[in-house]
Amino acid sequence: MSVTTKSLALHLGLIAALFALQFLLPAYHHGNLARIMVLATYAIGFNMLFGYTGLLSLGHAMFFAAGMYGMGLAIRHLGANPMPALLAGIAAGAALSAIVGALALRTAGVAFMIVTLMFAQAGYLIILYFGEYTRGDEGFVIQQAQRILWGIDLSQPTQRYFAALILFGTSLLISLWVMQRPFGKVLIAIRENEDRAQMLGYDVYRHKLGAVMLSGTISAAAGASYGLLFGYVGASFAGVQYSILPLLWVLLGGAGTLIGPFIGALFTFYLIDITSGFTTAYMLVVGVVLIVLTLFARQGIGGEIRARLFRWLP
Amino acid sequence: MSLLSTKSLGKSFAGLRAVHDVDFDLPQGEVRALIGPNGAGKTTFVGMLCGRIPPSEGKVSFDGKDISAQPAHARIRLGMAYTFQITSIFARLSLHENVALAVRRRGGNVARDVADALERVGLLQHAEALAGDLSYGHQRLLEIAMGLAQNPRLLILDEPTQGLSESEVESFNALIRSLVPATTVLLIEHNMKVVMACADSITVLNFGEILAQGTPAEIRANKAVQAAYLGTS
Repeated sequence: MSVTTKSLALHLGLIAALFALQFLLPAYHHGNLARIMVLATYAIGFNMLFGYTGLLSLGHAMFFAAGMYGMGLAIRHLGANPMPALLAGIAAGAALSAIVGALALRTAGVAFMIVTLMFAQAGYLIILYFGEYTRGDEGFVIQQAQRILWGIDLSQPTQRYFAALILFGTSLLISLWVMQRPFGKVLIAIRENEDRAQMLGYDVYRHKLGAVMLSGTISAAAGASYGLLFGYVGASFAGVQYSILPLLWVLLGGAGTLIGPFIGALFTFYLIDITSGFTTAYMLVVGVVLIVLTLFARQGIGGEIRARLFRWLP
Repeated sequence: MSLLSTKSLGKSFAGLRAVHDVDFDLPQGEVRALIGPNGAGKTTFVGMLCGRIPPSEGKVSFDGKDISAQPAHARIRLGMAYTFQITSIFARLSLHENVALAVRRRGGNVARDVADALERVGLLQHAEALAGDLSYGHQRLLEIAMGLAQNPRLLILDEPTQGLSESEVESFNALIRSLVPATTVLLIEHNMKVVMACADSITVLNFGEILAQGTPAEIRANKAVQAAYLGTS
């Protein structure tokens, strides 16, 4: 089997396994996994920029929130149906990432991290400032009646699970496809050695901008879906915590691997879920695990699997 | 017809004149060596040619067009290729992917052209190895392969033979001579054996200015060059 077929088989296998789990899991884990798949989609978006292009954004919550609010405000104020609302959310993320990318990419390294962090903070404050429309901190609920897409009630567990699976599967296959295209290979080249990539004749700025937009748009799709599937839109999703979480997931799961974001989101979700049953200091446990992993498995779980078992993992 | 020329090209770093008032002309199909003592401004000069360093003054023309305002990647697309003085490769990617990145940019046939470029520098049997695992000399050769794979009209090599063994230098000389006249070569080189074996003509840079220019024989006989660089014996 060629490398391409093998990795396609692996990722289709993961999607098939998640499909099968729908029928096997008890209700509690079933609901968790739907949430994890949406969050993993967010992590896939983040990983596109961080893991594959080598650009660390500390403000990705703005893209997640752009999707969520683009969708939520369209439903709340324009009475939009779920599908146009979802598309509005994705378009909001695409537009925001184009603007933020064009400005933030004038910087590099630490400055890029700070600029993205500041943009995200500005986004968060804008949501609070326009509380009249956004309901600020409190957020707003999307009623069950507003969550019926083509006659499918997305508030029902099974329907929600499959919607999350479609979102996750699509994002996973899109990212797999991109990373096997010349565009994706240039992103890796930029991550590895930006100077050399430029001196091979590649327009580094345009490729990075493309990466920011792709990453921001996938993150926005995750944010819009999250709001629609779980029925709530709130400013906390635009906060610093939601910019740091995808970094955590990707670092734990393996930056620059396609399944890493899923592994990381799954692992972190259950780590918090289980430890918070024992102690209120569960973030301390997460912190210790992160430190242990960075000390002993620097490439994350997915990265170690690639280094030790499957060299061909994309 | 000259492929590359500069007019009053200069660069100052906070008052230090690294390169000053250089008029340079490189005819199509020639191998030109650029020599000079350390700190003479050679790397700064070629940095301005390929767009890595913005000049303080003067103009650069390539194939009759003024390219002074073009960014580096656009100049590469016009048909320049540049190999770095300090090895610059994609260390965590395979040799094949390193060269494939060069081939893909110009829309070449990856399978054929990658193998061809690696073959020419003698690294084909290592195609699947990681570039970072190669010896320093082999990394230099990989960098040259990436230059060749771009099918450039002008190949700029910054101290390419540093770290190569005697026999590798021999094959390097033969390789460079095999490129002309299709490719024009600008070679920054300290190894005078390489310069004398490869170059059709030599430009000597000293304190950021052109000290002399001519055939290898003329340069060898030039008293000023001997004093500044070659030494007398």
